[in-house]
Amino acid sequence: MDWYPLLNSLRISAISTFLTFFLGIFAAYYIARAPRAAKGVLDVLLTLPLVLPPTVVGYLLLRLLGPNRVLGAWIFQMFGFKMVMTWWSAIFAATVVSFPLMYRTARGAFESFDMTLQYSAQTLGMSNRRIFWRIRMPYCWQGILAGTVLSFARALGEYGATSMIAGYTPGKTATISTTVYQLWRTDNDALAFRWVLVNIAISFVVLMAVNMLERRTHTPRLEVR
Amino acid sequence: MSLSVQLKKRYGNFLLDSEFECGNEVLALLGASGCGKSVTLRCIAGIDKPDEGRIVLDGRVLFDSEKKINLKPQARRAGYLFQQYALFPSMTVLQNVASGVREKDKSARDALVDDMIRRFRLQGLEALRPRQLSGGQQQRAALARIFASKPAAILLDEPFSALDSYLKWQLEMELFEMLKDYEGSILWISHDRGEVFRNCAKVCAMDAGRTEPVRPVEELFRDPITVSSARLSGCKNIVEAQPSNEWMTAEVPSWNLSLQCSKELPKTKFCLGIRANHLRQASEKDVNPLVCTLRRITDDLFSVILMLQVHGAKEDAPLLRMEMPKELWSPQPCGSDLTLSIAPEDILILK
Repeated sequence: MDWYPLLNSLRISAISTFLTFFLGIFAAYYIARAPRAAKGVLDVLLTLPLVLPPTVVGYLLLRLLGPNRVLGAWIFQMFGFKMVMTWWSAIFAATVVSFPLMYRTARGAFESFDMTLQYSAQTLGMSNRRIFWRIRMPYCWQGILAGTVLSFARALGEYGATSMIAGYTPGKTATISTTVYQLWRTDNDALAFRWVLVNIAISFVVLMAVNMLERRTHTPRLEVR
Repeated sequence: MSLSVQLKKRYGNFLLDSEFECGNEVLALLGASGCGKSVTLRCIAGIDKPDEGRIVLDGRVLFDSEKKINLKPQARRAGYLFQQYALFPSMTVLQNVASGVREKDKSARDALVDDMIRRFRLQGLEALRPRQLSGGQQQRAALARIFASKPAAILLDEPFSALDSYLKWQLEMELFEMLKDYEGSILWISHDRGEVFRNCAKVCAMDAGRTEPVRPVEELFRDPITVSSARLSGCKNIVEAQPSNEWMTAEVPSWNLSLQCSKELPKTKFCLGIRANHLRQASEKDVNPLVCTLRRITDDLFSVILMLQVHGAKEDAPLLRMEMPKELWSPQPCGSDLTLSIAPEDILILK
């Protein structure tokens, strides 16, 4: 069995989760403080990839990055590489579809934050940056970690937009999901089933992790005096 | 050492209009919930921004709407004790106390933190998290943290509102002890008149967003001056009244009688306040007899509360409330008639 699709899926998910982590927290933190009207519109825009069919996301990405489109053509001219049909093209797809999960869980975590902690830190003279890293993040980290794991799971399961922007080239752009489809299409049922089991196993572990994190967030542990 | 506050802030229909001065003393802001006490405190600390006004602490201007001065909360040096103490859950007691230290020098920092840990009896608790502490320990840790930041004023936001009465009493005594030696202004927000009476030297009553002039605490209880202050000080019976032809005698239209007072009365309509525990069962020679019908008897812990209807009173006149110690009450059924009296000097004249 050629393990390339597993490796490729894992690295795509890892890199896109890394990007989503910072983008999601950044968006969540700033949108929580935005004026009400802007907040509503931005919130809808940033959550949209969660409900759009992945093919629509794929279409929009191709529209933006395709070799004959403005941005894609410009990048090709400036740097000499194509943005589509490479293994890392799938990172764009995975990042866009997993972003809303990170953004929404991080926002939920920030919104549950007890603002009196922030106020008391301010009256004590702590700088806002220090308050963010020393008080707000430790308070919210379980929620944020749950969002990160969820984004990773979503990135790993991404198929539609990935197949449009990265295609399926064995040993190059093949991921677990595109491999399963390809194997099923070519009647290689036994191998397809093996990849299905691999995928289920990874997702199972990831979701277990999310559950454990969320349970800890909702019921604070009681410690013996 | 003084704090001078003058601010206005509008929330829809609600207008907060606070104005008071606080010297080197404990000043209570006494008011019902929703009267604007907490917002006033938050404006002083810099958490909320007033629409207009001026806040000066020890000669430093913290806020001035005309000169466009609005210091950050970090620069105001107002030590704010929050209702649930707001200790940082992710930090140990030691880290919590150290988080308020402003000194840059490492050894000075450590010395100050050590000093606070000792002063607030937190030895042995340094490595614990806030949720592992008892209520009293949490209060001490929060105060240690505030004192470590060397505050120029201390703001206490209903320090005991979430506690049961036994614990409350313990913490109240402890807080009083720890604030005793502080040299600066202390603002103590409360809706509990007993707490204010026990702990504060002066009081500023607040009603519907407006402050009344600052007064010594016992004066608020002896002569509340306004209807809202009378209510805050625990006066249960307040009726409208008007001057009569006789000197120092007030007519009470809703009870259809006159009461003799001990002071000169205003020329226009005013209100009378009668404390429930100042009413007495009348003897023959008493002035101000009030003939009443007993409508309701409520047993309280150590007293009896009687609700009475004054004879000849209008339909919509409120019942008179009287309280007396249990041992003085000779039980009588509802519906029986009682004659009460109120001493002229016990009648409060209210605006």
